[in-house]
Amino acid sequence: MAQVTLDSVRKIYPNGVEAVTPASFQIKDGEFVVLVGPSGCGKSTLLRMIAGLEDITEGALCIGDNVVNTLDPADRDIAMVFQNYALYPHMTVRKNIAYGLKNRKTPKDVIAQKVDEAAKMLNLTDYLDRKPAQLSGGQRQRVAMGRAIVRDPALFLFDEPLSNLDAKLRNQMRIEIKALQRRLGVTSIYVTHDQVEAMTMADRIIVLNGGRIEQIGTPSEIYHNPASTFVASFMGAPPMNLVGAEMQDGTLSFAGLELPLASSMRGPVTLGLRPEDLIIDSHGPLAMEVELIEELGAHRLLHGQVDGQRLTVHLAKEEQVALGPLRLSCRVQNLCLFHPETGQRMDGGFAFNPAQTRTEERV
Amino acid sequence: MADISLSAAAPVVPRRRFRWSTVVDHAILITGALIMFLPLLILVQTASTPDVETMKYGPGLYFGDQLDDNFRKALFEASGFSGENTGLAMFKNSMILGLGFAFGKIIIGMMAAYAIVYFRLRFATFAFWLIFTTLLLPLEVRILPSYEITQKLGLLNTYTGLIVPLIASATATFFFRQFFRSVPEELVEAARIDGAGPVKFFIDILVPLSQTMIAAMFIIMFVYGWNQYLWPTMVTTEEGMYTLVRGIKQIVQVLQGGNEIPEYGRANVLAIIAVLPPVAIVIFFQSWFVKGLTESDK
Repeated sequence: MAQVTLDSVRKIYPNGVEAVTPASFQIKDGEFVVLVGPSGCGKSTLLRMIAGLEDITEGALCIGDNVVNTLDPADRDIAMVFQNYALYPHMTVRKNIAYGLKNRKTPKDVIAQKVDEAAKMLNLTDYLDRKPAQLSGGQRQRVAMGRAIVRDPALFLFDEPLSNLDAKLRNQMRIEIKALQRRLGVTSIYVTHDQVEAMTMADRIIVLNGGRIEQIGTPSEIYHNPASTFVASFMGAPPMNLVGAEMQDGTLSFAGLELPLASSMRGPVTLGLRPEDLIIDSHGPLAMEVELIEELGAHRLLHGQVDGQRLTVHLAKEEQVALGPLRLSCRVQNLCLFHPETGQRMDGGFAFNPAQTRTEERV
Repeated sequence: MADISLSAAAPVVPRRRFRWSTVVDHAILITGALIMFLPLLILVQTASTPDVETMKYGPGLYFGDQLDDNFRKALFEASGFSGENTGLAMFKNSMILGLGFAFGKIIIGMMAAYAIVYFRLRFATFAFWLIFTTLLLPLEVRILPSYEITQKLGLLNTYTGLIVPLIASATATFFFRQFFRSVPEELVEAARIDGAGPVKFFIDILVPLSQTMIAAMFIIMFVYGWNQYLWPTMVTTEEGMYTLVRGIKQIVQVLQGGNEIPEYGRANVLAIIAVLPPVAIVIFFQSWFVKGLTESDK
């Protein structure tokens, strides 16, 4: 168990592509950190640099108190779970799990005991003498986990471990992995492109885009306080509504919505509204033309347009709606403002005027 | 007849339609099979017939009673002057050549492919294509320099001299390279994290994974080595070192100058013995062979 520190870690490939711009963050002992981002954002490269499978171009990487930049993967005291499991197909489950220990010259009886323990923990006891090809996807993933936990590493690395599983199994394995990590208390870094996995599993999320860290925060910080339009649109399903609005003389205006704002800023801004912060209100200031209703059982999603801009509304199942015109208001305390060009958050220092109806102060 | 066609036309089972094309296909296949099989029949026929009759009438249509006798002679009696080249001795030499050839080529091919695929060598691709172009330089092209080197190293009439000059193999290197490239990258990475160094990875993971490929290569290379004629003829002058393929020729040739009848029966028995091991190996490894060359077992 150990903390992990990255100090301006950077990756430039030999062809000149900068896959990871200098990244600095610290992961506490026992913390579960998820690196999330679209494909090609550098999250896997970052993980592979931590694993030692990829050279670090610049910067320092510490696991525990040691700089490990030049250490071999085997000497970094890490274990890794791969997307396609990477089990040795010719070895039985038992041998797969034991291989890392065997290479470290662990005594035979210790190996046997550890393998049995891990197998029990992962419900693999009955499968120890099978080959990976005779196992289901979920079982294979559990073997890969077993291979990681028998080594008692300081750090677990997960590289999209659930992408090859079907949706139902994914949900189940998600919970299993999280529970296992809690139980073992091992510092973990988990890479995924799935924002649901990121939200549900992480103690802290690191959102990456184009090799750059967009935001670091707890799942709730990331969701409620996105640092940029990218984070706002990437996290959450459906994503945050991003619409063009206008600031003038201390008033923010979008379609029929007018909010007094304690700011002297003027000009166009991007306004972010979570779908669940929009509410049906016959006297509301926003006129929406509903074009599509998505029925999801527990709730419904309305898709439509307000003032020519696309908007999605999250609706509880009790509410009655039909296609056509609809009036909405919104919970103002959760609004976010972004710079219209850079996409960076810009309302950090402002407060919405509490005088407005249906407005509560946001902190 | 009527019953059969009726029952065949039952509504559940769709009646198989008679097609002339099927007949033609089968005729071609049967003819082909006969053409391939006939020489083998002639082998057995000649091997069982007294040499005099073979000399007089050529290959006949009936089998003789000399098979046992010829077998005994072929296996245990020497045909040359030194008395060392009995069939059994030649069989042993052929076996050593075939096995040495196959194993040598596989080991060297695998190691070369391992270096090319898994190590960041500066000129790996160039080296690979250099190896690949040697396919254009078969033994026959370089036979004089090869012979000279072998002779200067004092390797004439040795197993080393028979095997080593032929052992470098572009074919095996190429096949193993293609195979290694299809092994998932993550397997290498998992092994690195598991603390397996290059040697361990090769022995613990790559070699077992290559089993089917090794079997396929073994068949090809064994048969290739077993059937070598030109090189053994050049390198071996002592009768004790003769291989089967070259010994057959000698039996027929050795007495032709005189007024004796060539020992056709005995030569043909040797030919049968020479055919058997490759056939046995192909039959034994057949399923592996197809697997190794077509599907990847990962």
